[in-house]
Amino acid sequence: MSPRFEPAIGRYLHLDLLGKPHRLYVEEAGAGIPLICLHTAGSDGRQYRGLLNDARITRNYRVIVFDMPWHGKSSPPVGWENEEYRLTSRDYVRMILEVSAALELDKPVVMGCSIGGRIVLHLAHEHPEKFRAIIGLESSPKVDPYYDVSWLHRPDVHGGEVSAGIVSGLVAPTAPDDGRWETLWHYMQSGPGVFKGDLHFYMIDGDISGKLDEIDARRCPLYLLTGEYDYSCTTEGTLEVARRTGAQATIMKDLGHFPMSENPEKFIGYLLPVLEEIRSDKQASAA
Amino acid sequence: MLEHLAGDVNADANLVRRGKHVKTSFLIAIDNADHIVRIEHGRIVSVTPGPFITPNYAFALRASRDAWEKLWSATPIPGYTDIFALVKKKLLRIEGDLHPFMSNLLYFKGVIAAVGHPRKEAA
Repeated sequence: MSPRFEPAIGRYLHLDLLGKPHRLYVEEAGAGIPLICLHTAGSDGRQYRGLLNDARITRNYRVIVFDMPWHGKSSPPVGWENEEYRLTSRDYVRMILEVSAALELDKPVVMGCSIGGRIVLHLAHEHPEKFRAIIGLESSPKVDPYYDVSWLHRPDVHGGEVSAGIVSGLVAPTAPDDGRWETLWHYMQSGPGVFKGDLHFYMIDGDISGKLDEIDARRCPLYLLTGEYDYSCTTEGTLEVARRTGAQATIMKDLGHFPMSENPEKFIGYLLPVLEEIRSDKQASAA
Repeated sequence: MLEHLAGDVNADANLVRRGKHVKTSFLIAIDNADHIVRIEHGRIVSVTPGPFITPNYAFALRASRDAWEKLWSATPIPGYTDIFALVKKKLLRIEGDLHPFMSNLLYFKGVIAAVGHPRKEAA
Protein backbone atom coordinates (compact mmCIF):
# COMPACT_ATOMS: atom_id res chain seq x y z
CA MET A 1 0.00 0.00 0.00
CA SER A 2 1.27 3.49 -0.86
CA PRO A 3 1.40 5.79 2.17
CA ARG A 4 -1.25 8.48 2.05
CA PHE A 5 -2.91 11.07 4.25
CA GLU A 6 -6.67 11.31 4.55
CA PRO A 7 -8.18 14.70 3.63
CA ALA A 8 -9.53 15.26 7.16
CA ILE A 9 -7.67 17.54 9.52
CA GLY A 10 -7.79 17.33 13.31
CA ARG A 11 -7.19 20.26 15.64
CA TYR A 12 -7.70 21.16 19.28
CA LEU A 13 -10.23 23.91 19.94
CA HIS A 14 -9.88 25.89 23.14
CA LEU A 15 -13.17 27.34 24.33
CA ASP A 16 -15.34 27.87 27.37
CA LEU A 17 -17.93 25.15 27.53
CA LEU A 18 -20.59 24.90 30.21
CA GLY A 19 -18.74 27.63 32.11
CA LYS A 20 -15.37 25.92 32.17
CA PRO A 21 -12.28 26.06 29.94
CA HIS A 22 -12.11 23.05 27.63
CA ARG A 23 -9.73 21.63 25.05
CA LEU A 24 -11.85 19.91 22.45
CA TYR A 25 -10.65 17.69 19.63
CA VAL A 26 -12.32 18.57 16.32
CA GLU A 27 -11.92 16.90 12.94
CA GLU A 28 -13.26 18.27 9.71
CA ALA A 29 -13.17 17.80 5.97
CA GLY A 30 -14.84 19.37 2.98
CA ALA A 31 -16.41 22.71 2.22
CA GLY A 32 -19.92 24.04 1.95
CA ILE A 33 -22.87 23.57 4.27
CA PRO A 34 -21.62 22.87 7.82
CA LEU A 35 -22.62 19.39 9.00
CA ILE A 36 -22.01 18.78 12.72
CA CYS A 37 -21.80 15.06 13.55
CA LEU A 38 -22.45 13.78 17.09
CA HIS A 39 -21.05 10.42 18.18
CA THR A 40 -22.74 7.79 20.34
CA ALA A 41 -22.47 7.27 24.10
CA GLY A 42 -19.10 6.01 25.29
CA SER A 43 -17.46 6.39 21.88
CA ASP A 44 -15.90 9.26 19.94
CA GLY A 45 -15.74 11.06 16.63
CA ARG A 46 -13.79 8.32 14.88
CA GLN A 47 -17.18 6.77 14.19
CA TYR A 48 -17.61 9.29 11.37
CA ARG A 49 -14.40 8.68 9.46
CA GLY A 50 -16.34 7.15 6.60
CA LEU A 51 -18.15 10.44 6.06
CA LEU A 52 -15.02 12.56 6.46
CA ASN A 53 -13.42 10.54 3.67
CA ASP A 54 -16.30 10.46 1.21
CA ALA A 55 -15.95 13.04 -1.57
CA ARG A 56 -19.62 12.65 -2.48
CA ILE A 57 -20.34 14.30 0.87
CA THR A 58 -17.38 16.63 1.36
CA ARG A 59 -17.73 18.31 -2.05
CA ASN A 60 -20.87 20.04 -0.78
CA TYR A 61 -20.63 19.75 3.00
CA ARG A 62 -18.10 20.83 5.60
CA VAL A 63 -18.23 17.76 7.82
CA ILE A 64 -17.34 18.66 11.43
CA VAL A 65 -16.89 16.01 14.10
CA PHE A 66 -15.92 16.81 17.67
CA ASP A 67 -15.18 14.49 20.55
CA MET A 68 -17.40 15.44 23.45
CA PRO A 69 -15.58 16.38 26.67
CA TRP A 70 -14.42 13.17 28.44
CA HIS A 71 -14.48 11.31 25.08
CA GLY A 72 -11.82 10.43 22.53
CA LYS A 73 -9.04 13.00 22.44
CA SER A 74 -11.05 15.67 24.30
CA SER A 75 -10.01 15.80 27.93
CA PRO A 76 -12.39 16.14 30.81
CA PRO A 77 -12.32 19.59 32.44
CA VAL A 78 -9.74 20.36 35.12
CA GLY A 79 -10.96 18.91 38.41
CA TRP A 80 -12.66 15.93 36.80
CA GLU A 81 -11.26 13.69 39.50
CA ASN A 82 -13.59 15.32 42.00
CA GLU A 83 -16.87 14.67 40.22
CA GLU A 84 -18.89 11.83 38.73
CA TYR A 85 -19.49 12.36 35.01
CA ARG A 86 -23.21 12.44 34.19
CA LEU A 87 -24.52 13.85 30.92
CA THR A 88 -27.76 15.84 31.11
CA SER A 89 -30.08 17.16 28.41
CA ARG A 90 -29.42 20.74 29.46
CA ASP A 91 -25.62 20.42 29.30
CA TYR A 92 -25.71 18.44 26.05
CA VAL A 93 -27.84 21.07 24.28
CA ARG A 94 -25.65 23.88 25.58
CA MET A 95 -22.49 22.06 24.52
CA ILE A 96 -23.65 21.72 20.91
CA LEU A 97 -24.78 25.34 20.70
CA GLU A 98 -21.55 26.61 22.25
CA VAL A 99 -19.35 24.54 19.94
CA SER A 100 -21.37 25.73 16.94
CA ALA A 101 -20.99 29.35 18.10
CA ALA A 102 -17.26 28.94 18.75
CA LEU A 103 -16.81 27.67 15.19
CA GLU A 104 -18.97 30.57 13.93
CA LEU A 105 -21.21 28.23 11.97
CA ASP A 106 -24.13 29.73 10.08
CA LYS A 107 -27.20 27.55 10.50
CA PRO A 108 -25.44 24.21 10.30
CA VAL A 109 -27.05 20.85 9.72
CA VAL A 110 -26.73 18.75 12.86
CA MET A 111 -26.70 14.96 12.77
CA GLY A 112 -26.37 12.70 15.80
CA CYS A 113 -26.53 8.99 16.51
CA SER A 114 -28.10 7.25 19.52
CA ILE A 115 -27.62 9.77 22.36
CA GLY A 116 -26.85 12.12 19.47
CA GLY A 117 -30.04 10.99 17.78
CA ARG A 118 -31.93 11.82 20.96
CA ILE A 119 -30.34 15.21 21.61
CA VAL A 120 -31.13 16.37 18.10
CA LEU A 121 -34.80 15.90 19.03
CA HIS A 122 -34.20 18.25 21.96
CA LEU A 123 -32.59 20.70 19.51
CA ALA A 124 -35.60 20.38 17.21
CA HIS A 125 -37.82 21.13 20.19
CA GLU A 126 -35.89 24.02 21.72
CA HIS A 127 -33.81 25.57 18.94
CA PRO A 128 -35.19 24.69 15.48
CA GLU A 129 -34.36 28.17 14.17
CA LYS A 130 -30.64 27.63 14.72
CA PHE A 131 -30.31 24.74 12.26
CA ARG A 132 -30.76 24.34 8.52
CA ALA A 133 -31.86 20.75 9.02
CA ILE A 134 -31.65 18.05 11.68
CA ILE A 135 -30.82 14.40 11.08
CA GLY A 136 -31.43 11.81 13.78
CA LEU A 137 -29.70 8.45 13.48
CA GLU A 138 -31.16 5.75 15.72
CA SER A 139 -33.51 8.28 17.30
CA SER A 140 -36.07 7.20 19.86
CA PRO A 141 -38.01 9.28 22.38
CA LYS A 142 -36.80 7.22 25.34
CA VAL A 143 -35.14 3.94 26.25
CA ASP A 144 -35.95 2.38 29.59
CA PRO A 145 -32.99 0.73 31.37
CA TYR A 146 -32.79 -2.95 30.45
CA TYR A 147 -29.63 -3.86 32.35
CA ASP A 148 -27.84 -2.69 35.47
CA VAL A 149 -25.50 0.05 34.22
CA SER A 150 -23.38 -0.14 37.40
CA TRP A 151 -21.58 -3.06 35.71
CA LEU A 152 -20.03 -0.51 33.35
CA HIS A 153 -17.92 1.14 36.04
CA ARG A 154 -16.53 -0.94 38.85
CA PRO A 155 -12.96 -1.93 39.62
CA ASP A 156 -13.41 -5.68 39.23
CA VAL A 157 -14.79 -5.52 35.67
CA HIS A 158 -12.85 -4.07 32.74
CA GLY A 159 -14.93 -1.08 31.70
CA GLY A 160 -13.87 -1.10 28.07
CA GLU A 161 -14.44 -4.81 27.59
CA VAL A 162 -17.85 -4.83 29.25
CA SER A 163 -18.95 -1.72 27.35
CA ALA A 164 -18.01 -3.37 24.07
CA GLY A 165 -19.78 -6.51 25.21
CA ILE A 166 -22.94 -4.59 26.02
CA VAL A 167 -23.12 -2.89 22.62
CA SER A 168 -21.78 -5.74 20.47
CA GLY A 169 -25.25 -7.08 19.73
CA LEU A 170 -26.39 -3.67 18.56
CA VAL A 171 -24.18 -3.96 15.49
CA ALA A 172 -26.16 -5.54 12.66
CA PRO A 173 -25.38 -9.24 12.27
CA THR A 174 -24.87 -8.50 8.59
CA ALA A 175 -22.17 -5.86 9.22
CA PRO A 176 -18.69 -6.53 7.82
CA ASP A 177 -16.20 -7.76 10.43
CA ASP A 178 -13.87 -4.78 10.06
CA GLY A 179 -16.65 -2.26 10.72
CA ARG A 180 -18.01 -4.31 13.61
CA TRP A 181 -14.71 -4.64 15.44
CA GLU A 182 -13.59 -1.08 14.81
CA THR A 183 -16.88 0.09 16.32
CA LEU A 184 -16.27 -2.11 19.37
CA TRP A 185 -12.65 -0.93 19.68
CA HIS A 186 -13.88 2.62 20.21
CA TYR A 187 -15.97 1.37 23.13
CA MET A 188 -13.05 -0.55 24.56
CA GLN A 189 -11.07 2.72 24.70
CA SER A 190 -13.67 4.75 26.54
CA GLY A 191 -12.61 6.35 29.83
CA PRO A 192 -13.79 4.84 33.12
CA GLY A 193 -17.43 5.64 33.81
CA VAL A 194 -17.91 7.70 30.64
CA PHE A 195 -20.31 5.31 28.90
CA LYS A 196 -22.27 4.99 32.13
CA GLY A 197 -22.34 8.77 32.50
CA ASP A 198 -23.70 9.17 28.97
CA LEU A 199 -26.39 6.59 29.66
CA HIS A 200 -27.71 8.84 32.42
CA PHE A 201 -28.90 11.06 29.60
CA TYR A 202 -29.93 8.16 27.35
CA MET A 203 -31.98 6.19 29.86
CA ILE A 204 -33.07 8.73 32.47
CA ASP A 205 -32.63 12.45 31.90
CA GLY A 206 -33.13 12.65 28.13
CA ASP A 207 -36.67 11.24 27.85
CA ILE A 208 -38.43 13.50 25.34
CA SER A 209 -41.57 11.44 24.82
CA GLY A 210 -43.74 14.04 26.57
CA LYS A 211 -42.60 16.85 24.27
CA LEU A 212 -42.64 15.12 20.88
CA ASP A 213 -45.94 16.69 19.87
CA GLU A 214 -44.40 20.13 20.36
CA ILE A 215 -41.75 19.42 17.69
CA ASP A 216 -42.77 20.63 14.26
CA ALA A 217 -40.65 19.44 11.36
CA ARG A 218 -41.98 22.37 9.32
CA ARG A 219 -39.95 24.74 11.51
CA CYS A 220 -36.77 22.82 10.75
CA PRO A 221 -36.61 19.83 8.40
CA LEU A 222 -36.18 16.67 10.46
CA TYR A 223 -34.93 13.41 8.99
CA LEU A 224 -34.70 10.09 10.83
CA LEU A 225 -32.61 7.12 9.74
CA THR A 226 -32.69 3.95 11.83
CA GLY A 227 -31.12 0.54 11.27
CA GLU A 228 -33.52 -2.39 11.19
CA TYR A 229 -31.36 -4.38 13.65
CA ASP A 230 -31.26 -1.69 16.35
CA TYR A 231 -33.06 -3.12 19.37
CA SER A 232 -32.06 -0.25 21.66
CA CYS A 233 -33.45 2.66 19.64
CA THR A 234 -36.11 0.61 17.96
CA THR A 235 -37.63 1.18 14.56
CA GLU A 236 -40.98 1.48 16.36
CA GLY A 237 -39.57 4.32 18.47
CA THR A 238 -38.30 6.11 15.38
CA LEU A 239 -41.61 5.74 13.57
CA GLU A 240 -43.39 7.13 16.63
CA VAL A 241 -41.15 10.20 16.52
CA ALA A 242 -41.89 10.61 12.82
CA ARG A 243 -45.64 10.25 13.34
CA ARG A 244 -45.74 12.85 16.10
CA THR A 245 -43.34 15.41 14.59
CA GLY A 246 -43.82 15.19 10.82
CA ALA A 247 -40.25 14.00 10.33
CA GLN A 248 -39.24 11.87 7.35
CA ALA A 249 -38.24 8.41 8.59
CA THR A 250 -36.34 5.71 6.78
CA ILE A 251 -35.66 2.24 8.17
CA MET A 252 -32.26 1.15 6.89
CA LYS A 253 -31.84 -2.48 5.84
CA ASP A 254 -28.82 -4.47 7.05
CA LEU A 255 -27.79 -1.78 9.54
CA GLY A 256 -27.82 -1.63 13.32
CA HIS A 257 -27.20 0.98 16.02
CA PHE A 258 -23.91 2.33 14.60
CA PRO A 259 -24.60 2.76 10.89
CA MET A 260 -21.81 5.26 10.17
CA SER A 261 -19.07 3.07 11.62
CA GLU A 262 -20.33 -0.51 11.36
CA ASN A 263 -21.01 -0.23 7.63
CA PRO A 264 -20.17 3.24 6.29
CA GLU A 265 -20.73 2.47 2.62
CA LYS A 266 -24.18 1.04 3.21
CA PHE A 267 -25.11 3.96 5.49
CA ILE A 268 -23.86 6.66 3.13
CA GLY A 269 -26.14 5.19 0.48
CA TYR A 270 -29.06 6.17 2.73
CA LEU A 271 -27.57 9.50 3.80
CA LEU A 272 -26.72 10.95 0.38
CA PRO A 273 -30.34 11.49 -0.76
CA VAL A 274 -31.09 13.25 2.54
CA LEU A 275 -28.09 15.55 2.16
CA GLU A 276 -29.03 16.21 -1.44
CA GLU A 277 -32.58 17.13 -0.43
CA ILE A 278 -31.29 19.50 2.26
CA ARG A 279 -28.94 21.11 -0.26
CA SER A 280 -31.73 21.44 -2.83
CA ASP A 281 -33.94 23.16 -0.29
CA LYS A 282 -31.15 25.62 0.39
CA GLN A 283 -30.76 26.32 -3.29
CA ALA A 284 -34.53 26.72 -3.68
CA SER A 285 -34.78 29.14 -0.74
CA ALA A 286 -31.80 31.17 -2.03
CA ALA A 287 -33.30 31.50 -5.51
CA MET B 1 -29.84 -27.75 20.61
CA LEU B 2 -26.56 -27.79 22.55
CA GLU B 3 -25.15 -31.05 21.18
CA HIS B 4 -22.37 -29.37 19.21
CA LEU B 5 -21.66 -26.49 21.61
CA ALA B 6 -18.53 -27.85 23.26
CA GLY B 7 -16.93 -28.93 20.00
CA ASP B 8 -17.70 -25.65 18.27
CA VAL B 9 -16.45 -23.44 21.09
CA ASN B 10 -13.31 -25.46 21.73
CA ALA B 11 -12.46 -25.42 18.01
CA ASP B 12 -12.57 -21.62 17.96
CA ALA B 13 -9.07 -20.63 19.10
CA ASN B 14 -9.92 -16.92 19.26
CA LEU B 15 -12.96 -17.51 21.41
CA VAL B 16 -11.03 -19.82 23.75
CA ARG B 17 -8.30 -17.17 24.02
CA ARG B 18 -10.86 -14.50 24.84
CA GLY B 19 -12.14 -16.67 27.67
CA LYS B 20 -8.80 -17.89 28.97
CA HIS B 21 -9.53 -16.56 32.47
CA VAL B 22 -13.00 -18.08 32.65
CA LYS B 23 -13.50 -20.93 35.08
CA THR B 24 -17.15 -21.32 35.98
CA SER B 25 -20.35 -23.27 35.47
CA PHE B 26 -23.53 -21.71 34.15
CA LEU B 27 -26.98 -22.94 33.35
CA ILE B 28 -28.88 -22.64 30.08
CA ALA B 29 -32.61 -23.27 30.45
CA ILE B 30 -34.60 -23.96 27.29
CA ASP B 31 -38.20 -23.95 28.45
CA ASN B 32 -37.89 -26.22 31.51
CA ALA B 33 -34.92 -28.19 30.19
CA ASP B 34 -31.80 -27.26 32.14
CA HIS B 35 -28.23 -27.72 30.96
CA ILE B 36 -25.13 -26.96 32.98
CA VAL B 37 -22.13 -25.82 30.97
CA ARG B 38 -18.78 -26.14 32.74
CA ILE B 39 -15.91 -24.01 31.46
CA GLU B 40 -12.21 -24.05 32.30
CA HIS B 41 -9.73 -21.66 30.73
CA GLY B 42 -12.18 -20.78 27.99
CA ARG B 43 -12.78 -24.38 26.95
CA ILE B 44 -16.09 -26.12 27.55
CA VAL B 45 -15.35 -29.16 29.68
CA SER B 46 -18.89 -30.51 29.78
CA VAL B 47 -22.48 -29.80 28.86
CA THR B 48 -24.68 -31.78 31.23
CA PRO B 49 -28.43 -32.02 30.62
CA GLY B 50 -30.76 -32.03 33.63
CA PRO B 51 -32.93 -32.55 35.49
CA PHE B 52 -30.78 -31.74 38.54
CA ILE B 53 -31.53 -32.22 42.21
CA THR B 54 -28.84 -29.87 43.53
CA PRO B 55 -27.55 -27.93 40.54
CA ASN B 56 -24.38 -25.98 41.22
CA TYR B 57 -23.76 -23.04 38.90
CA ALA B 58 -22.84 -19.36 39.06
CA PHE B 59 -25.51 -17.87 36.83
CA ALA B 60 -28.38 -18.94 34.61
CA LEU B 61 -29.78 -17.85 31.26
CA ARG B 62 -33.45 -18.79 31.07
CA ALA B 63 -35.71 -18.40 28.04
CA SER B 64 -38.39 -20.25 26.16
CA ARG B 65 -37.48 -22.53 23.29
CA ASP B 66 -39.20 -20.11 20.94
CA ALA B 67 -37.02 -17.21 22.13
CA TRP B 68 -33.80 -19.24 21.86
CA GLU B 69 -34.77 -20.45 18.38
CA LYS B 70 -35.28 -16.87 17.27
CA LEU B 71 -31.91 -15.85 18.73
CA TRP B 72 -30.24 -18.77 16.97
CA SER B 73 -32.14 -18.40 13.71
CA ALA B 74 -29.95 -18.92 10.64
CA THR B 75 -31.58 -15.82 9.16
CA PRO B 76 -31.14 -13.00 11.70
CA ILE B 77 -34.47 -11.66 12.94
CA PRO B 78 -34.50 -7.94 13.83
CA GLY B 79 -35.16 -7.57 17.54
CA TYR B 80 -33.90 -11.09 18.34
CA THR B 81 -30.20 -10.96 17.47
CA ASP B 82 -28.65 -10.62 20.93
CA ILE B 83 -29.07 -11.85 24.50
CA PHE B 84 -29.80 -8.31 25.66
CA ALA B 85 -32.37 -7.87 22.91
CA LEU B 86 -34.27 -10.75 24.51
CA VAL B 87 -33.67 -9.33 27.99
CA LYS B 88 -35.11 -6.00 26.85
CA LYS B 89 -38.22 -7.81 25.56
CA LYS B 90 -38.38 -9.70 28.88
CA LEU B 91 -38.01 -12.99 26.98
CA LEU B 92 -34.73 -13.97 28.64
CA ARG B 93 -33.74 -13.76 32.27
CA ILE B 94 -30.16 -13.61 33.51
CA GLU B 95 -29.92 -14.48 37.18
CA GLY B 96 -27.40 -15.49 39.83
CA ASP B 97 -23.84 -14.29 40.31
CA LEU B 98 -23.42 -12.19 37.18
CA HIS B 99 -19.78 -11.29 37.78
CA PRO B 100 -18.23 -14.06 35.65
CA PHE B 101 -20.76 -13.30 32.92
CA MET B 102 -20.37 -9.51 32.85
CA SER B 103 -16.59 -9.52 33.26
CA ASN B 104 -16.30 -11.83 30.24
CA LEU B 105 -19.30 -10.63 28.31
CA LEU B 106 -17.86 -10.79 24.80
CA TYR B 107 -16.69 -14.33 25.49
CA PHE B 108 -20.08 -15.53 26.72
CA LYS B 109 -21.84 -13.84 23.83
CA GLY B 110 -19.49 -15.76 21.57
CA VAL B 111 -20.32 -19.02 23.34
CA ILE B 112 -24.07 -18.44 23.03
CA ALA B 113 -23.73 -17.37 19.40
CA ALA B 114 -21.82 -20.59 18.68
CA VAL B 115 -25.04 -22.54 19.15
CA GLY B 116 -26.56 -20.72 16.21
CA HIS B 117 -23.45 -20.71 14.06
CA PRO B 118 -22.09 -24.25 14.08
CA ARG B 119 -18.81 -24.99 12.36
CA LYS B 120 -19.15 -25.60 8.65
CA GLU B 121 -18.10 -29.22 9.00
CA ALA B 122 -20.72 -29.69 11.70
CA ALA B 123 -23.51 -28.00 9.76
